[in-house]
Amino acid sequence: MVKLPIYLDNNATTPVDPRVLEAMLPYFTEHFGNAASRNHSFGWKAEEAVDYAREQIARLVGCADKEIIFTSGATESNNLAIKGVYEMYAQKGNHFITVTTEHKAILDTCKHIEKLGAEITYLEPDTDGLISLKELENAITDKTVMISVMYGNNEVGVIQPIKEISDIARKNGILFHTDATQAIGKIPVDVDKDGIDLMSFSAHKMYGPKGVGALYVRRKNPRVKVTAQMDGGGHERGMRSGTLNVPGIVGFGKACEIAQNEMTGEAARLSALRDKLERALMHMEEVYINGNRENRLPHVTNMSFKYVEGEGLIMGIKDLAVSSGSACTSASLEPSYVLKSLGLNDDLAHSSIRFGLGRFTTEEEIDFAIEHVKEAVTKLREMSPLWEMFKEGIDLDKIVWQAH
Amino acid sequence: MAYSTKVIDHYSNPRNIGTLDKSDPSVGTGLVGAPECGDVMRLQIKVNDETGMIEDARFKTFGCGSAIASSSLATEWLKGKGVDEALTIDNMDIVEELALPPVKIHCSVLAEDAIRSAINDYRVKKGLEPLADKKRY
Repeated sequence: MVKLPIYLDNNATTPVDPRVLEAMLPYFTEHFGNAASRNHSFGWKAEEAVDYAREQIARLVGCADKEIIFTSGATESNNLAIKGVYEMYAQKGNHFITVTTEHKAILDTCKHIEKLGAEITYLEPDTDGLISLKELENAITDKTVMISVMYGNNEVGVIQPIKEISDIARKNGILFHTDATQAIGKIPVDVDKDGIDLMSFSAHKMYGPKGVGALYVRRKNPRVKVTAQMDGGGHERGMRSGTLNVPGIVGFGKACEIAQNEMTGEAARLSALRDKLERALMHMEEVYINGNRENRLPHVTNMSFKYVEGEGLIMGIKDLAVSSGSACTSASLEPSYVLKSLGLNDDLAHSSIRFGLGRFTTEEEIDFAIEHVKEAVTKLREMSPLWEMFKEGIDLDKIVWQAH
Repeated sequence: MAYSTKVIDHYSNPRNIGTLDKSDPSVGTGLVGAPECGDVMRLQIKVNDETGMIEDARFKTFGCGSAIASSSLATEWLKGKGVDEALTIDNMDIVEELALPPVKIHCSVLAEDAIRSAINDYRVKKGLEPLADKKRY
């Protein structure tokens, strides 16, 4: 019998791997020093641990250890990348290019610098979630400073053509930033091969602790600099002041080391389970997979169960921890902006569920999830007036709805 | 957000799911909401033409747990009431009974609209004046 509830929301966060926790523990009580203390062994010990973690992280993404700037997480990394580049390169230009399906940490930061005088182009992806390289090229002006496109999407898992995007950036002398939070540790990412100049990621999406992340900042070809957004002791090469979260960083490093060793096998195992889940659920009528199916992260799927509302469905599958693209709350009945950007009608967006598998997901859990979802969808469709109308052959698009 | 036990009860054991013959002159049908808003309710009443009492009430709802519970509760309350008495059901009564949080009040509003819409449909079928739109706020 499987243990309930089953966690299938690994794109929101992941549990800490016990091996990661074990590596962290001594740095809370025993080796608690401040990594910036230069005068005693407590500080040296902490600094040594941070240096080692920096190497573990750098190895996973193919950069030099000095190019890793520690932050509190990917949101801060995204803020630092965008605001920091906006300020540092103000002489060069004020134009940024990003995509409507980015995480709010990118979109809201862009809105912030827009108020300060930046110009932002928001590219619209196609119905698969991929951006058009042609549109990207057309959006470039002589004032363009940076292109920021996420690696793998957090809601649908679509992987953008990173290499092609960075080639365009390089050719035009523009910086390229990517929010790789969902991709790091799940698929191979190499900042040199991928042509990345700045990259945000965080530990808690890859079985490390919450509260620690990194911004990769390229040191040569080109040498990139960002203006610090946090002033103080000049830590992290002056780009991010603040006492380092040593236990968190140690855990982050360990998580990267494990991911590097186990990624290939894990990705194969999870994509097989994900495909099994999809195949079984697609046996029902009117079930759709959202986003491109070829270029996507191995461990996530976003599915719409037409004629069933997402939040109602989540309540029906209470033994599964998943998330919905539907937000049936208060005045705003707006469903996921990511799904809407993919051109999904509101009704399909309201009917969507994201399943995020992870390192600790078992086949038994997926088998249970399949039955549980099928049962709930069937039950809710029996009480759905839309399902009944669909079955009677009524065209729902032709009905004049009484929106409230 | 945690649901109240009453919402969970109505969601898990919905009362009176079903469909009445909408061409029956003694049946009133209300269909409110919209798929793109994330909730659609269909509420139907069957009225005894002699006594004017609601003999049966059925619903089908596409929506969140609170929307399903609101319509399920509405059908329970409608049964056995006179048509005019049914009009006194207020959305805030539903909010109170189901302990709906503020973000879910619109579910109760939708249920009240569905009741009025079903009664209106019945009235029109009987050659009566439709009810005036209830002005909110």
